Amino acid sequence: MIIAAAVNENFANYSNYLIRSAMFVYALAFLAHLAEWVFGGRSRIAVQSAALAADAGRADGAQAGSTAAAVTVVRRGAAGTTTLERPVAVRPTVVTRASASDRGIADGPGAAGGTEKGDLYGRIAVSFTVLAWMLHLGGVVFRAASVRRAPWGNMYEFSTTFGMVAVGAYLVLLLLKKDVRWIGLFLTTTVLLDLGLALSVLYTSSDQLVPALHSYWLWIHVSCAIISGAVFYLAAVGTMLYLFRDHYEVALTAGRAQGGRWGDVMRRLPAAATLDKFAYRMNALVFPLWTFTIIAGAIWAQAAWGHYWEWDPKETWSFITWVAYAGYLHARATAGWKGRKAAYLALVAFACFLFNYYGVNIFVTGKHSYAGV
Amino acid sequence: MSITHDDGGAPRSGETAQQGDADRQEGLGAAGAQLSTAPADTLSQAPGLGALGWARWMWRQLTSMRVALILLFLLSLAAIPGSLIPQHSDQLKVDAFKRTHPDVTPLYERLGMFHVYSSPWFSAIYILLFVSLAGCIIPRSWQFVGQLRARPPAAPRHFTRLPAYSTWRTDADPEQVTEAARSVLRGRRFRVSATGASVAGEKGYLREAGNLLFHVALFGLLISFAVTSLYGAQGGRLVVQGDGFVNNLTEYDDFNGATLYGADDLQPFGFHLDSFEQKYSASGPDRGTALKFQANIHYWNGANGTPVKGSISVNHPLSIGGEKVYLISHGYAPRVTVRDAKGNVAFQGPVPFLPQDTNLTSSGVVKVPDAVDQHGKPVQLAFNGYFTPTGDTSVGPMSLFPTLEQPILWLNAFHGDLGMDAGIAQNVYQLDTTHMKQFKLDTKTGVNGVALGVGSKFTLPDGAGSLTFDGVSTWASFTVSHQSGNTGALVSGAAAILGLMGSLFIQRRRIWVRAVRGEDGATVVEMGGLGRSESTRIADELGDVAQQLAEAAPPRPDDDAEPPAAPGPPAPDESAPSDESPADPTPLPDDEGARA
Repeated sequence: MIIAAAVNENFANYSNYLIRSAMFVYALAFLAHLAEWVFGGRSRIAVQSAALAADAGRADGAQAGSTAAAVTVVRRGAAGTTTLERPVAVRPTVVTRASASDRGIADGPGAAGGTEKGDLYGRIAVSFTVLAWMLHLGGVVFRAASVRRAPWGNMYEFSTTFGMVAVGAYLVLLLLKKDVRWIGLFLTTTVLLDLGLALSVLYTSSDQLVPALHSYWLWIHVSCAIISGAVFYLAAVGTMLYLFRDHYEVALTAGRAQGGRWGDVMRRLPAAATLDKFAYRMNALVFPLWTFTIIAGAIWAQAAWGHYWEWDPKETWSFITWVAYAGYLHARATAGWKGRKAAYLALVAFACFLFNYYGVNIFVTGKHSYAGV
Repeated sequence: MSITHDDGGAPRSGETAQQGDADRQEGLGAAGAQLSTAPADTLSQAPGLGALGWARWMWRQLTSMRVALILLFLLSLAAIPGSLIPQHSDQLKVDAFKRTHPDVTPLYERLGMFHVYSSPWFSAIYILLFVSLAGCIIPRSWQFVGQLRARPPAAPRHFTRLPAYSTWRTDADPEQVTEAARSVLRGRRFRVSATGASVAGEKGYLREAGNLLFHVALFGLLISFAVTSLYGAQGGRLVVQGDGFVNNLTEYDDFNGATLYGADDLQPFGFHLDSFEQKYSASGPDRGTALKFQANIHYWNGANGTPVKGSISVNHPLSIGGEKVYLISHGYAPRVTVRDAKGNVAFQGPVPFLPQDTNLTSSGVVKVPDAVDQHGKPVQLAFNGYFTPTGDTSVGPMSLFPTLEQPILWLNAFHGDLGMDAGIAQNVYQLDTTHMKQFKLDTKTGVNGVALGVGSKFTLPDGAGSLTFDGVSTWASFTVSHQSGNTGALVSGAAAILGLMGSLFIQRRRIWVRAVRGEDGATVVEMGGLGRSESTRIADELGDVAQQLAEAAPPRPDDDAEPPAAPGPPAPDESAPSDESPADPTPLPDDEGARA
């Protein structure tokens, strides 16, 4: 009765070692991010001089651009003048007017607060994150090799892959030169929690799938669900920080000074408008994928259970999540709802996603219950 | 923190986004209008007089975005109870719930909590939502058609009010510049219209098209759902190995017809269950986990079709006669022979037992309605209990492995009236012991039951009869399902995704170019760009167009590139809103909602 797809215990052990090592390195990255926040907030004077130096550097760059006679796209922003150069012999200038939702408050300098030391720790944290992610990836790949199938058969495997995709998405954003290092601390914390929970509570020895999961739809449906969840998570972090930062900015513009540690942390975050835009873009980017996940699930359900939609608890909660995100996307475009209200909706939607994952798998029995602990 | 404003305006921090948008639209006049067909928010208007006024007001309410949002929210809220309370599709669970929660059951029944998704209140929400949707997208479709037939709107007076603008002075003729602008914009696949000294270009109509497609696709999904529930029928049948099935109403254990699909519509086909293969992992931490279930069958189509070899397994249903046959579950049917007091065979054959756990501990009932007692009087006998494919008499009726390693049948025996003659349909897997009396069995263990191995026989006390455990057969249960609306649902789903991608990833934008001869004889070129949303891509695109255009109309070398003091007819509006946008970190999909 031992079939070809027997579990390879060695690979399963390698996978566990790799996941544990990844957790260790994530913990180092977490500490480095903490150091980044701590050193970045230490000295106001350092912040200001660094900012001045940066301004001077930027001005030099702009000067060089002019002498090279380039087309310049000038964005007049409170952050300064950003100059993009195009190597042509002429130079018309494009001036942008900001959108109405901005307050005219610039993005904060980031966790490092413009300090050299903070920045150094930030870079160390990113390096650790890259290393940890590679170990993490290795862990997932070995898990897949040990069971010779997609490593998405139970909650342990979902959780490890979910964390890996979330960090991967973050690293892709960094690679695209997006200014998203502010997520780092929250991301490493979450991934540590996620992996810790996976190893301690959700751990399942590598095993074979029940016949219902023997389908190529496993690859399509589950991978899309995991990617959607990871990106929704990044957006949720952005939304949460948006709410805090928005609060801070309202107080700031009302003339109430925001000192203390809290104000110092808020000061270094991107502007509320930027965070809001980031969250929206992440959500909007992945919403079609989430739609596809549900439809792919329906197609699979048709083949496995004879019905594309049966209001199974997992289906129902996917639908609820979908409707909540659709509500958020609509709210963003509706005058009285954009801003904080829409942000709350986005958080509710992500809470629905989380419940769909943890709540439905653990507390509700349905046809997806083989995806259990 | 220092905030600098290059053009000297005051920060508008206290202003709400709403006002800002209104500003922008007012400042731009027709040029900023109709960049989308999104409905105006009309909620604040008071209803007019009379019934018609009220009806109109209600209609406007219903089709407003706010109400649509509230309905969406209600829809997700209303879907929750159905995921937590057992639904009528699983009647066994509903019955169990009703037994354990007698206090809330009447309330739940009145509220329709056991069939949430077909309850009036759930239907009310989605019907209202779809009416709202229809009231929204039908006018928008007409508007969109109108926009497609119209030309891009003429340039606004003040380019400086646009989110992105550019200007320079050139020695080229204005006509040359506008001609070049036309060809550049055409080359970038803008729809172009030229009026006098200015050229207007618009692009990204697919956004609106995608938006409408998405919402129409939702209607498609709704219709497919309706078709599915009107025509979709299914029936279940448990088949013991060696037995067969013919698609006929009487052959079904249960049959749920649909409004438009009944017993007369059943197609003539059938199949014979030759064997049932099951494989389980035999070692390792996942011992007992199922690896393979497959029903090997011979099937035939039509009343006199030739039997063909085939198989049905999970994820691989059999398509036959326009229907699909799914493998649902499987289990064991102990074969028993029951003799009555006179020694006659009162019952013989396999009795399907229903699995209770993953190791296939199964429970079931053997009902013997036609037996006679010692005096030759009719009596009914019954045996209920458990079957364990791999059992252990020292453990009790609990299976240790799902295959037949050590089959044991655990039974209690009854005599009396089964209650089958009352004409009320009975569950064959349950025993109603109201009018039955349990035999007192003479066992050493003190338990009033027996555990039988294959081939063994036990005798009832007082010569009332005997039962022999002859062997075990496997059974499999199948669902035959008639499906409609699947293709429609699939096509609608695919269209919905395409539409979503169009409406979320494509940006609708306009670019205007104006060339006017200035007082000193040089031509002043002005360019402005307007996007539907707060995206920086419009600036980049405008920069690209400007660069291309500057090849045809090179800036005068003596001019300073900065600041771009708009030297055209309108003086630069220095009091214009001047808030600044920081460099945008993520030029991903742009910034409006799906329905906007």
